[in-house]
Amino acid sequence: MPYLGSEDMVRELRRALSNPNVQSDHLRYRNTILKVVRAMSQGVDVSGLFSEMVKACATVDVVQKKLVYVFLCSYASLNPELSLLVINTLRKDCQDPNPMVRSLALRNMTNLRLPSLVEYVEQPLTAGLRDRAACVRRVAVLGWAKLHKLQASSDIDAAVVNELYSLLRDPDPVVMVNCLRALEEILKEEGGVAINKPIAHHLLNRLKECDVWGQCEVLKILERYRPQSEDELFDILSLLDPSLLSPHPPVMAATLSLFLSLCSGLPAASLSALERVRGPLLAACGSASREMRFTALCHIQLLLRSLPGLMGAHYKRFFCGYAEPAYIKQRKMQLLVELVNDENVALVLDELKGYCTDVNTDTAQAAISAIGRIGRSYSDRCLEILTGLLGLKQEHITSAVVQTVRDLVWVCPQCSEAVCLALEGCEETVQDSQGRQALLWLLGVYGERVSSAPYVLEVFIDGLRSEVSPGVKMELLTATMRLFLCRPAETQDMLGRLLHYCIEEETDMCVRDQALFYYRLLHCGIEETRKVLQGRRSDPSLGVLIGRPAEPVNQWARSFNTLEPLKQSAAETESTSGGSPEPVTSVPRPNTDLSLSSLSPSPVDKVHTVPLSLSLSPALSPEEFERLWLQRQGLHEHVHCPAPPRCSPQSLQAALQLVNVQTLAFTPPQTLPWRVYLYTHTRNTHPVMEGAVDEPGVKVTLKQQPRDDTALKGFLSILATVLHTLSSERA
Amino acid sequence: MISQIFILSSKGDHLIYKDFRGEAGSDAVTVFYEKVTALPGDQPPVVMSHGDLHFVHVRQGGLYCVATTAADSSPFTVIEFLNRLMALIKDYCGSLSEKSVRMNFALIYELLDEVVDYGYIQTTSSDVLKNFIQTEAVSSKPFSLFDLSNVGLFGAETQQSKVAPSSAATRPILSSRGEQGGKSEIFVDVIERLCVVIGSNGVVMKADVEGEIRVKCYMPSCSEMRIGLNEEFSIGKSQLRGYGAAVRVDECSFHQAVRLDEFDSHRILRVCPSQGEQTVMQYQLSDDLPSAPPFRLFPTVERDVGGRLLLYLKLRCDLPPKSAAINVSATVPVPKAALSLCQELSSPDQSAELQPHSRAVVWQIPRFPGGTQLSALFKLEVPGLSSASMLEVGPVGLSFELPKVTATGLQIRFLRLSPVQPGASQRWVRYVTHSDSYTIRI
Repeated sequence: MPYLGSEDMVRELRRALSNPNVQSDHLRYRNTILKVVRAMSQGVDVSGLFSEMVKACATVDVVQKKLVYVFLCSYASLNPELSLLVINTLRKDCQDPNPMVRSLALRNMTNLRLPSLVEYVEQPLTAGLRDRAACVRRVAVLGWAKLHKLQASSDIDAAVVNELYSLLRDPDPVVMVNCLRALEEILKEEGGVAINKPIAHHLLNRLKECDVWGQCEVLKILERYRPQSEDELFDILSLLDPSLLSPHPPVMAATLSLFLSLCSGLPAASLSALERVRGPLLAACGSASREMRFTALCHIQLLLRSLPGLMGAHYKRFFCGYAEPAYIKQRKMQLLVELVNDENVALVLDELKGYCTDVNTDTAQAAISAIGRIGRSYSDRCLEILTGLLGLKQEHITSAVVQTVRDLVWVCPQCSEAVCLALEGCEETVQDSQGRQALLWLLGVYGERVSSAPYVLEVFIDGLRSEVSPGVKMELLTATMRLFLCRPAETQDMLGRLLHYCIEEETDMCVRDQALFYYRLLHCGIEETRKVLQGRRSDPSLGVLIGRPAEPVNQWARSFNTLEPLKQSAAETESTSGGSPEPVTSVPRPNTDLSLSSLSPSPVDKVHTVPLSLSLSPALSPEEFERLWLQRQGLHEHVHCPAPPRCSPQSLQAALQLVNVQTLAFTPPQTLPWRVYLYTHTRNTHPVMEGAVDEPGVKVTLKQQPRDDTALKGFLSILATVLHTLSSERA
Repeated sequence: MISQIFILSSKGDHLIYKDFRGEAGSDAVTVFYEKVTALPGDQPPVVMSHGDLHFVHVRQGGLYCVATTAADSSPFTVIEFLNRLMALIKDYCGSLSEKSVRMNFALIYELLDEVVDYGYIQTTSSDVLKNFIQTEAVSSKPFSLFDLSNVGLFGAETQQSKVAPSSAATRPILSSRGEQGGKSEIFVDVIERLCVVIGSNGVVMKADVEGEIRVKCYMPSCSEMRIGLNEEFSIGKSQLRGYGAAVRVDECSFHQAVRLDEFDSHRILRVCPSQGEQTVMQYQLSDDLPSAPPFRLFPTVERDVGGRLLLYLKLRCDLPPKSAAINVSATVPVPKAALSLCQELSSPDQSAELQPHSRAVVWQIPRFPGGTQLSALFKLEVPGLSSASMLEVGPVGLSFELPKVTATGLQIRFLRLSPVQPGASQRWVRYVTHSDSYTIRI
């Protein structure tokens, strides 16, 4: 059969269908019809057989009827006139004593989707609502929704709407749920089905009778209901509480969604609901279905935005299985990064290290960038792994490592020593443009410490004609300019060649403009150039700390249990593989830095917008610190911190170091008040501080020389931010 | 709310297409497959969108089962439903494959018609559906003499009568009217999935078990079944552990139809199974296996004088001597540059090959008895082998199946049908442990 062309096939089938011998033998007849439907589902156009199939509809054989209906519903819209012939058979079937035949006829009558048939359909539908068989009522209720869609302009009779409302009390739970669905569609313009107190309580009471799908539907519709009193609210919550632990993930998710919308004014109740679903969500993460696992993982990511500590103890559940698809592995790695703490960091890094050599390059690169993210708090261990990976000399790994290291150094400048050592020799392995851009950036910024930097850049400049990526060219311009500032003798000649080429021969406008910009900048003199290219940066490490406080649940509650969280992945992976935290063209940033530094002696009211920059150099020895401490007068300040941080001194120290505050000494952990001695410098002052942790808050004694209130306030706000971040992470 | 459902073969052939709401055009199928083929890997993301169309798919048996929905529909519901639909198709057609779907397309259309109306899920319970489904399944299995007679492969009749033929549980549930002669059977399977990570020093770093008790019922009417679990079965971490072989799980959940009135006292589940397959109980255990993990590996990785990479693997199976693991396959990632493999295996039924696309040596062992040890020596030709490329060796992934073994020790004491069924009813209990992910670091 498949070897025949589609016209031959249709002709053949038509001959068989109209053959009286075939029609009299109902098995042969049914088989022929089966062939027609098979051809249809394989995409062959069999619409020409419509009239033959209409005849085949009049039969007592239910299987044959069903097959014919599948056909008719697909092609009815092409043959509205012929479809009128079917209506008679269908209406007759609606009187059939067998409820199955009645429901079948009613369903297909409404599935034909022909506006011209509406007048014939209304009467059987009205009768169907009062049918004694539940299966007919189910179909009839949804039939009205279909009818409404066919003739949206004319309103459905108010009597029908009333009848549908009264059918909410139907003994069959599916009829009840279908009524909700139908009313929701019919009354869409009025905001959907009205949920008042009696209806809401009726639905809640009958929730147990529904199956999983029905429960989800009811729970979703109940999200619109607002309880009238607090007592009622808590009654509903306690009634729904067992559903939070449902073994069916759809019910669990729908219940949580309802909880979150009911408790939108009660953050504590929402948070405890999140705690309750931890078990079922973790179970869904281990489900046999990969797709279900993925869905659960994506939703756990949402939950962690409000409760970062929710899954802390269960981090091992997010270790990747070796046969899992890449999209699950990447989600798991994102979660592992969130869950790292002092106790598990070694184990997690060990695990991630194993993924870096994965066959799938996307997975390998995601693992490397995950290690980089962890490196923001545990830089030494991570750098060791990352530099070890460079030894593999594999293209995609080296490229990912160089990009990761670039992002890491930007946040943790203290790692630059180790990075500079590792950079030697990478240029031979890195091939893709993203990786080369990262390498060039690093060479430009740390050029004075990488001995081979000018030679690497020279190779790039020599091969400029064959370079296709404008991004690489722009990065090359910036890197060469930066290197020229610190190593002019070695770089001058190649910079000249580079600028000449880019201005005279380059076709890409952005590259040409940037080259011209640098060329003019050089005319302004070396000091101006230095100010622009090596100007003080805003302190990005502060952004990392501030960027991660626990969000309120309401921020994401709307997207919970929708497709939204599952889709983010595409955007995220693109940004991790494609972008860097820093804009590729580094011109705009130094400009803003320039304006910042000129603004720093600004009026006090700008203090909060201008980040205070702290530095650790010159370092203080403990003896010197003690001398200064005893010598200077103290100022007392209170930092308001809701819960005093109970984290380990080490993590406090690490966090403070990120914002360039040095911890010099602290008292043993159990002593109260627990004290810690810190120091830092701003550009012209030397505040030396002591922080003492008491129960209600944090008391800070500051000693500063010379006195500068602006700097003082800035320092206190930084300190408060660090403490807030730490305490919310531990919560 | 589901707008369309379609099933595609892995090559993109349209097998089933049903439009419930007439909102999106039928070109959605083509759009979906174009999106799948445009991606580099063979693992398209679960959710893909094209304008207002949102595709959610599950992949089973080499088929894509796809639903198009609106953006605000619940992914949990859609995915659970697609999984349930595939399970129903499996129940009704016997197995889930491109061939069986092609042969039974009329049955599947009928099923879809009853399960979803106007994009709303009506019911997926096989008890309800059996009254509506009229088409009979076409079994795709070839005719086999062994199915007819009770004679075992080598004439071992006793063996055959104790063990259900493997084809028994993969026949369509409704074929009892057909040639199989109304055999009323019930299968209770305890299936566990192991997820283990063993560190390079041999320490178990992670050991999780996900388990479930699955009932597959072919009885047209079954009133009540009582499943007795181990009496020492306990749930949660806090309970005191007695002496002897207590069976413990961390968390446990039951199907809503299970009655638990005798569970607290006697560990008995009471359930009225409906026709087809359903999961009666699910449980998890993490980080506390009652016995040693089934496999341990002692690897040696070195370079020989000729610059080749030598991998000497000793694999130990720590199962009790009476049981055995089957279909064991060890995947050892090797350096990317590896060219050829020279192998020494301890018996002829094993095999090993170098798979260039997955960059790994795969060592297959069809049967691995408990308490024994197997070793293999692989010599790999790797041009430019450096000490850094040793990093690329490992971690080793094992996949295997442990028949008649449960990792938690969960057993079914008895299986009673009440009232006792008239006629011959057969009850089968099967145990199996699969490796979900079994990783050993080198």
